[in-house]
Amino acid sequence: MDKVKVTINGMEVFVPADYTVLMAAREVNIDIPTLCYLKDINEIAACRLCVVEADIDGRPLRNLPASCVLKVENGMNVRTNTTRVREAVRTNLELILANHNRECLTCFRNGTCELQKLCDEMGIGEIPYQGQKRKVRLDNISSSIVRDSSKCILCGRCISVCKDVQGIGILDFTKRGFETEVAPAFDYSMADAPCVYCGQCIQACPVAALRERTNIDDVWDALDDPDKYVIVQTAPAVRASLGEEFGMPVGTRVTGKMVAGLRRLGFNNVFDTDFTADLTILEEGTELLGRIKNGGKLPMITSCSPGWIRYCEIFYPEFVENLSSCKSPQQMFGAIAKSYYAEKMGLDPKKMVVVSIMPCTSKKSEAARPEMEVDGIRDVDFSLTTRELGNMIKQARIDFKRLPDEDFDKVLGEYTGAGVIFGATGGVMEAALRTVADILTGEDLEDIEYQAVRGIEGVKEATLRLPIGGVETDVNVAVVHGTKNAALVLEAIKAGKRNYHFIEVMACPGGCVHGGGQSHVSSKDRLDVNPKISRANALYAEDVIMANRKSHKNPEVIKLYADYLKEPNSHLSHKLLHTHYTAKKQYVIENQKDFDDLI
Amino acid sequence: MQKVIDIKENVTKFEELSAYIERQDESQGVLMQTLHKAQELFGYLPIEVQKFVSEKTKIPMAEVYGVATFYTQFSLEPKGKYTVGVCMGTACYVKSSQLVLDQLIKTLKISVGETTEDGLFTLEATRCLGCCGLAPVIMIGDSVYGKLEPKKIPEIIESYRKK
Repeated sequence: MDKVKVTINGMEVFVPADYTVLMAAREVNIDIPTLCYLKDINEIAACRLCVVEADIDGRPLRNLPASCVLKVENGMNVRTNTTRVREAVRTNLELILANHNRECLTCFRNGTCELQKLCDEMGIGEIPYQGQKRKVRLDNISSSIVRDSSKCILCGRCISVCKDVQGIGILDFTKRGFETEVAPAFDYSMADAPCVYCGQCIQACPVAALRERTNIDDVWDALDDPDKYVIVQTAPAVRASLGEEFGMPVGTRVTGKMVAGLRRLGFNNVFDTDFTADLTILEEGTELLGRIKNGGKLPMITSCSPGWIRYCEIFYPEFVENLSSCKSPQQMFGAIAKSYYAEKMGLDPKKMVVVSIMPCTSKKSEAARPEMEVDGIRDVDFSLTTRELGNMIKQARIDFKRLPDEDFDKVLGEYTGAGVIFGATGGVMEAALRTVADILTGEDLEDIEYQAVRGIEGVKEATLRLPIGGVETDVNVAVVHGTKNAALVLEAIKAGKRNYHFIEVMACPGGCVHGGGQSHVSSKDRLDVNPKISRANALYAEDVIMANRKSHKNPEVIKLYADYLKEPNSHLSHKLLHTHYTAKKQYVIENQKDFDDLI
Repeated sequence: MQKVIDIKENVTKFEELSAYIERQDESQGVLMQTLHKAQELFGYLPIEVQKFVSEKTKIPMAEVYGVATFYTQFSLEPKGKYTVGVCMGTACYVKSSQLVLDQLIKTLKISVGETTEDGLFTLEATRCLGCCGLAPVIMIGDSVYGKLEPKKIPEIIESYRKK
């Protein structure tokens, strides 16, 4: 790429010719304010906070152009710190605030709001514009996501993520002028629109217009109830993000502190979802080998990600039979805790409360699915996000950073390196391959790091030669993350262009480490750090130090089978650990049947 | 919620819309002209029609709805047989188009944006119609009525009722 010379605030810099002024300014450490900007995802010059003064060879550009979309040119002279620019930025902020529900002190995003931070940095005092305010329209019908239009600043970041990154597009600008609202079509609730609850819109939202439906008070109530035995499980990805809630760098691994914090919150046991991640591998691996040997439905597709499950049920119902019948590790954990563990400890399962800490907003809806129970006992009672756990620890006035490192409780807290990497895209596949390869070769293989399925490329493919039923067979696998990539792979399969045995799909780009329930990383911080990579590295680092790195070597899982389940895919396994899926309609209307006939 | 249209009774219209969509060049963007065609066929854009457009074009429903609610030329409510557009452009306005509009509201017994119960007339206030020399101007369907006085309104409306 050719380089061009630009002068920014008197400093000369050579940058590639396709740079925007915003990017060029970063090269000389100038932080131009932005609000609607989300690099590579939302670059639409809507918020007008990144405006600059510029001229090219002495000819001034008209007005104040937005630097997020202004391409650099040779000889361009940019000024970001003039009275005119500062006044414009302040005025634009004041105009946004004039129509914003300014209940900052009681707001969900108090402290993590990008608008609040900019107002502080730009020294906004009073707001001179008094006028009509946007109506408060609260959609809190779904179990996962709450939309509050009174907080929305119409930046469009959620729209771009949902439509362009995830390929779904349930949100858009609707109506016009003052009535403009980012919403699903025809005022459908997120619960009735084909939202998969991945929560990527929450990650994109700079304010509190989109957030999770919180269950913190439900969990406090359970912890305060002396009749309840409350246990908690933590998903692998949480340990790679929770520290960010307390100002630690993105991707700091805080496993031991997280356990210590949960114990101090008062949970009777602190367990790990990684235990049932290992269990999932044995159930799912056995199911896969069974399907390959017995001519079952292939490719088999993983079922750990509830966002992906919902996506498949709504958009690709023809693939529902391809989904593994395994419940997700979250649900398996609840089912095992209230059966095997309850029996072992002499606990009444009806008095047990299972809380899960998840990097995910879709897990809340998964826990609420009607089929996720055994003999009328719900698998999981409450699912909290990483952010909600951070909030509980703060409410309890626990000094997180100073906590000692503690270990998970015995039995359901035992896990392997294979369980930990579930949290990164490719992790489930790698964990499965570690076990399946051992089973098929009858060996304890040492070469267990499957680099081909790691990393953040959207679609990863690999072919392994494995002896199945005594015959050397090429096993084709694929790993995809982000629902848009899932659609690409499913379309390729439908068109006969691809032929796989096994596919891992995670609804969120990057997998669970970048789930909708993880700590917020501002658009500015995202320029310096990629949370998908940093957090995945934290998990791979934990994998390496584990004594056991293969799911079938988990001593407590071995014991669970020996004492209780007997063998993978046994009758009892099916009762507790497996489920079914159903095709779901999108935007159901009164005369849906006539519509289906028409289509 | 939207009024429900009878899908079975309108199958031929849906088929025509489907054929229209198939003729479009996807690379050029299909949504605007498709919604125009749909409104021409159905008279308005009820949820069934937008859902149909979304399914056939693979454009997300929220985007279809976003466009349909952004442009005033699209209507989500059924329109009358005749749309009465009163020009509220500058020239017409200074020539008392407000009085013309007030008379229409009185004669038709509806407000701006509404449709008469018999389904004949929808009343709209429009931007400049581009024939300022005839101010004040209204349009009924494709016909232009210029240099209007409010007292002529009942007679004009009556002529359409008799058609």
